[in-house]
Amino acid sequence: MADAPNYSWPPQEKRRVIGKPTTRLDGFVKSSGRAKYSSDVQRPGMLHGAMLTCPHAHARIKSIDASAAETSKGVMAVVPMAKAGHEVQYAGFQVVAVAAATIDQARDALRKIKVDYEVLPHFVTERDIDKAGPRGKPSGDQVTGDPDQAFKDADVISEGFYGIPVLNHCTLETHGDVIEWKGDQLNYWPSTQSLSSIGGELAKAVAIPATNVHTHMDYMGGGFGSKFTFDRWGLACAQLSQKSGGRAVKLFLDRANDHETAGNRPSYFANIKLGAKKDGTMTVWQSESWATGGVNGISLAPNAIPYIFRGTPNKRLKHISVSINAAEQRAWRAPNNPQFSYLTCTAMDDLAAKLNMDPVEFFYKNLEYASGPPGAEVYRAQLRKAADLAEWNKLWHPRGQSGGGIVVRGLGIGFNAWGGLGHASSCRTKIHPDGSVEVEIGSQDLGTGTRTVIAIVAAETLGLPVRAVKVNIGDNKYPVSGASGGSTTVGGVSASTRKSTMNALVKLFEAAAPALGTTPDQLEAADGKIQVKDTPAKSLTWKAACQKLGARTIEEVVDSNPRNSLGLMSGGAGGAQIADVSVDTETGVVKVNRMVAVQDCGMVVNPTTAESQCYGAMIFSINGALHEERIMDPATGRILNPDMEFYKLSGIGDVGELVVHLNMEPEIDKRGVIGLGEPPVIGGIAAIANAVTNAIGVRPPVVPITPDKVLAALERRKA
Amino acid sequence: MSSKKEPKQGSARADVTRRGFIRGVGVGGGALGAGVLEREAEAQPAGAQTAGPGPVPVVLSVNGKTHNLTLEPRVTLLDALRDYLDYTGAKNVCDRGVCGACTVLLGGKAVYACSVLAIDAQGKEIQTIESLSAPGAAPHPLINAFVQNDAQQCGFCTPGFVMASKAFLDRNPNPTYEQVKDGLGGNLCRCGTYVGLRKAVLQAAKSMKGARNG
Repeated sequence: MADAPNYSWPPQEKRRVIGKPTTRLDGFVKSSGRAKYSSDVQRPGMLHGAMLTCPHAHARIKSIDASAAETSKGVMAVVPMAKAGHEVQYAGFQVVAVAAATIDQARDALRKIKVDYEVLPHFVTERDIDKAGPRGKPSGDQVTGDPDQAFKDADVISEGFYGIPVLNHCTLETHGDVIEWKGDQLNYWPSTQSLSSIGGELAKAVAIPATNVHTHMDYMGGGFGSKFTFDRWGLACAQLSQKSGGRAVKLFLDRANDHETAGNRPSYFANIKLGAKKDGTMTVWQSESWATGGVNGISLAPNAIPYIFRGTPNKRLKHISVSINAAEQRAWRAPNNPQFSYLTCTAMDDLAAKLNMDPVEFFYKNLEYASGPPGAEVYRAQLRKAADLAEWNKLWHPRGQSGGGIVVRGLGIGFNAWGGLGHASSCRTKIHPDGSVEVEIGSQDLGTGTRTVIAIVAAETLGLPVRAVKVNIGDNKYPVSGASGGSTTVGGVSASTRKSTMNALVKLFEAAAPALGTTPDQLEAADGKIQVKDTPAKSLTWKAACQKLGARTIEEVVDSNPRNSLGLMSGGAGGAQIADVSVDTETGVVKVNRMVAVQDCGMVVNPTTAESQCYGAMIFSINGALHEERIMDPATGRILNPDMEFYKLSGIGDVGELVVHLNMEPEIDKRGVIGLGEPPVIGGIAAIANAVTNAIGVRPPVVPITPDKVLAALERRKA
Repeated sequence: MSSKKEPKQGSARADVTRRGFIRGVGVGGGALGAGVLEREAEAQPAGAQTAGPGPVPVVLSVNGKTHNLTLEPRVTLLDALRDYLDYTGAKNVCDRGVCGACTVLLGGKAVYACSVLAIDAQGKEIQTIESLSAPGAAPHPLINAFVQNDAQQCGFCTPGFVMASKAFLDRNPNPTYEQVKDGLGGNLCRCGTYVGLRKAVLQAAKSMKGARNG
């Protein structure tokens, strides 16, 4: 091959499948219940695992006696997960694992285990920073400009307290895996966001070569950032299987323990004081913030806020990391950005109200402070578009001036920013002599539509229908690809698939050129044919071209990464969201009438699944704004709602009309593929909280805005 | 949950005592709750007959096929389907009759399979998600509608939603948008697929109506 092929995306107007709505490849298997998730795996003689957990938020293990479990009916293996003397830092910490013939027998055995604890004092609630004492650790102060002078010079000052609590990931498939030893080989079916690397990590923990671990996962039931590692229970599962002579063991956390230990998002609270000029220019930001990420606190840079509006000239920023007796935080869809956006956009919305200014005009003006991509002008255009779609000019009224009545309506705004640059990804394309095509990547489809994206990119490149491409993912025998976190997958696999399929196509051109009496560089693939560029009448069908390979299969592996992605992908997405809510001032119930998201994500590969990402993200925001929070009991140190009854998620009837507008303008499109999992999940909580405040005229400072908080805020307003 | 149904002739007795049942499910319920319930159960007059705690014969009719099993009476219908019969479309998510991911039809009615004992499911036809795409037959219109409207992301809640939708449409063949929102309130999705779900159920209703008229 003389020159490297031109990998660039085809011009927008020439694309056949990229950018066209495509139903997801695995839609049928999922909707028919035939998709086998790792927790659905059945193996011959498989055992079921369960774990005994610590009921105390803080305790020292004095002794563990699991002897009665060893002889309990059906039990094949017992594995201690902690030793006497261990200081447990949160309730739900797993102490002993058991494998038995049935899940009920495993749980029977757990009840026979005796663990003696020395109970120690605990601390589990961080909302009131004055009570944190030594559990709060300052993580730095920053001063920019002259905040004191700026407050003196300000025409308007707004002060408030704002908070957003800890959430649980609440993945529907809990954390866990099936593990089966075969001699020194280990078969591993995890539920993971990191298919290519998780087996090697587990291998290290059980001291076998990484190549001895065979990781397979076809489908997974939600991760949202909480499923990257094999975890303590993964190791316990491997040990249970080993101890029971290599029998497969299925060990998935129960719902309560999943909430206790397998994923939570940090809280964020702040006292914020802002100053502005009469014309609406924000001149100064001062915040004292604190947050917890569990037992290790959460060390956030003090300048994480103001979010997006980072160019504010005068700032004083303090942050305190609070340690509580709860499991460590995990990455949660756009780690910490929803919190940053919430604190920033609510405090600024209050400043706008104090200025008697329309928030659209206020945010528009202050977007001059927007730092980094996509840049102020993209945000401003998005804000205008969102305002149009939300009928802002018709429906908005100044704060609290909703015209009376029991049910009042309001509108609010929130913004997002995210990187989303694709990860490193290797891809193997096989073109077989019979014309079949396989694309292989050691990636995973979390439900975002990764499989379908890979097929679309391959089909576009090869001139084939999407369903003519067989996509092989979810096994570590395929080329290594990055973990699915931080919206890095769609860019990563799009770039690697494009390059790998293009290289394979060049090989096919070489095989087909003699039959067409031309040179490979004169050929193109289109509409299921290999044809001569300027004379498409001279062509071979795809099948006929592949027959020219004889017995040979083309195999092209490409290692793609952000440094060699040649503009196929980039990072830096942004968006604006507007919420339209109604609040019943007698019951305190908030109803979302409509939410509008205007979102940039570079080149859109599949509008169907891209829009679904946005819809889902907006529903995440409705959850976070109105329903969802982990509630800790200060008395016992335990979570009061580690379930799905009192850990509230929206139902199908709790979600209003959702409107998504994806930016697909040429100047956005030319940036290549940018990840979309995180950005639209960031600004919606602020938008809804601002809409409620606009409706009722007073701010419930801490989300979720449950009816009691609405009524309390209204009481405060009267008082 | 009721354990008072008449047992089917020739199969295991279904009259499990409350005490035995509560002991069986108590582990997941938290020590305090289970203890209280158990004491309450002790105070009840014991049933004349009990099944278990050891395994008993259980006959389940799933998707028109009869399965003879030997199960402890405490085994839920969900565990029986998933662990003993490999019908894994129904999922264990909340384990507490809240989220609907385990929805199956029992005698044509949608039930949470995590909250029905297998022995109580005897004598009635059990229909699982697998029955809606039997090999060689056209998939149920709901499945097509779910695919076409992208009513799934991770897909873990999806089979439960499809079965709940089937039971709902069987009762309400021509629902309004508002009725769909009320009728599927017993199922939860984490990824946030409700937009596609609402469209899918309405589309399926239309196409099923067409099929009936045809």
